[in-house]
Amino acid sequence: MINKVLKILENDARVSPRQIATMTGISPAEVARLIKQAEADRTILKYKTLINWDKVEDEQVWALIEVKVTPEPEVGFDSIAERIAHLPQVRSVYLASGTYDLLLVVVDKSEHDIADFVSQKLSHLEGIQGTVTHFVLKRYKEDGEVLDKGAGEKRQPVVL
Amino acid sequence: MAVRQNSQQKKAAGLISRRTNRLSPSGIRKFFDLLASMEGVISLGVGEPDFTTPWQIREQAIRSIEEGYTHYTSNLGMPELRKELSQHLKERCGVEYQSDGELLITVGVSEALDLAMRAILNPGDEVIMPDPCFVAYEACVILAEGEPVNVPTSRENSFELDAADVAARITDRTKAILLGFPANPTGAVMPREKLLAIAEVARRHRLMVVSDEIYDRLVYDGEHNYFASLPGMKDSTVFLGGFSKAYAMTGWRIGYAAASKEIIAAMTKIHQYTMMSASTMAQIAALEALRAGESDVLEMVADYNQRRKLIVKGLNDIGLTCFEPRGAFYAFPSIEITSMTSDEFSEKLLVEEKVAVVPGSAFGSCGEGYVRCCYATSLAEIEEALVRMKRFVNRHKKA
Repeated sequence: MINKVLKILENDARVSPRQIATMTGISPAEVARLIKQAEADRTILKYKTLINWDKVEDEQVWALIEVKVTPEPEVGFDSIAERIAHLPQVRSVYLASGTYDLLLVVVDKSEHDIADFVSQKLSHLEGIQGTVTHFVLKRYKEDGEVLDKGAGEKRQPVVL
Repeated sequence: MAVRQNSQQKKAAGLISRRTNRLSPSGIRKFFDLLASMEGVISLGVGEPDFTTPWQIREQAIRSIEEGYTHYTSNLGMPELRKELSQHLKERCGVEYQSDGELLITVGVSEALDLAMRAILNPGDEVIMPDPCFVAYEACVILAEGEPVNVPTSRENSFELDAADVAARITDRTKAILLGFPANPTGAVMPREKLLAIAEVARRHRLMVVSDEIYDRLVYDGEHNYFASLPGMKDSTVFLGGFSKAYAMTGWRIGYAAASKEIIAAMTKIHQYTMMSASTMAQIAALEALRAGESDVLEMVADYNQRRKLIVKGLNDIGLTCFEPRGAFYAFPSIEITSMTSDEFSEKLLVEEKVAVVPGSAFGSCGEGYVRCCYATSLAEIEEALVRMKRFVNRHKKA
């Protein structure tokens, strides 16, 4: 049941518990309880809005950074990943299979600021073997949303 | 001068066939023109999914074009598609249709309906159908020189068709019963017992049943009952099905007819002269849909269901009382809280609040007093439309 509620909220955080109740057939009281529970145990981490910053004049540069790490005895990658996660410019931290260990999504005001972040903050952390930084040049799709949808409504407005 | 005008008039009157002249012009032409001149309208008048055809289906068709599959197929449709369809229908409906001889791939259910009527009707043959119903039903019967016979349905019986009402209209000219459930415009779904009762009437009077089941996958709260799967009904049913609504493939124009060898042979005879074969790339897309589209169908149906609940509650809350539509993607609320006709309501709502709904009267005289609201549109648009409709109803409701 919680999955149905979460799927709706993930798609549009503005949907009210009353609307969720109608859509799912779950009672409003139960919906409220499920949401409260999910907020408490951090199944729901945050309610946010997905913005296309390219449309607004805002200084923002995104980078994907591959990080090679020396895993620590017993804790493995967890400790270093947590330390990196605390850095405010870091939006996401993933442990991934492949030629590197951690993948970071980093957002800062300019390429220069990201370069500084890598050379002065990231590289100095214990256990970092090396980094490869990829600057995002253009975004086509973000979090399931195609940025440039082309011509609007493609359907005939009235079809019998 | 007068003599020349008369002969010109005569020529003009004779230019268009009588059967074409018999067709009612679109009941919503004026409404449609008005809508086309406006901006910022939320249209609940759409009649197709807001989803795009799932990507892997589109990709398969694109690849086939790149690889040069741009030629005719067999008149009956691609053998691989018919084989896959035969298997699909066996699993879904429990009815076995031989891929060679009992299935015909058509240009949408639209063509299949037209073929069925032209294949079975002689001039003056009567076809019994529900009122209100999809606008093509009467038209296809008339074009085949048949006579449509309407059976009123109402909100009181959830717009379901009663066997007794059908039986009461049978004459010695009745050839067939035309069913379309789940229904456009009402969203009605026929319960199994009522279908069995209709089957009994058809059996007793030796009538054909043409069953348009294009919305077969869009059933909420229960399973769809395939008419051909009812005991003894396979041979007397012309089962019309398609991909438009379930797989969001309206623009591809691809569907099928499943019936006895005799009927399919007759329909194929017409089809081979008029259409030759359905679009090849659409057939390839349909094959992919059957093979790999199931999870997409389930996701889309779950989505429609949520929006259905939202719109039905919303309409009832406003005072536009709406029975619960268990199929398709239409709600069919009553507008009796106002004293307007369906046409007036729709036009005024469009002009005053920029919300488009379709007057129920466009679908038959029993649709008068109702409007059709399609919920195959975003949550945000449904919510906003309801807000505007509430304002409208509050301004116009009877004292």
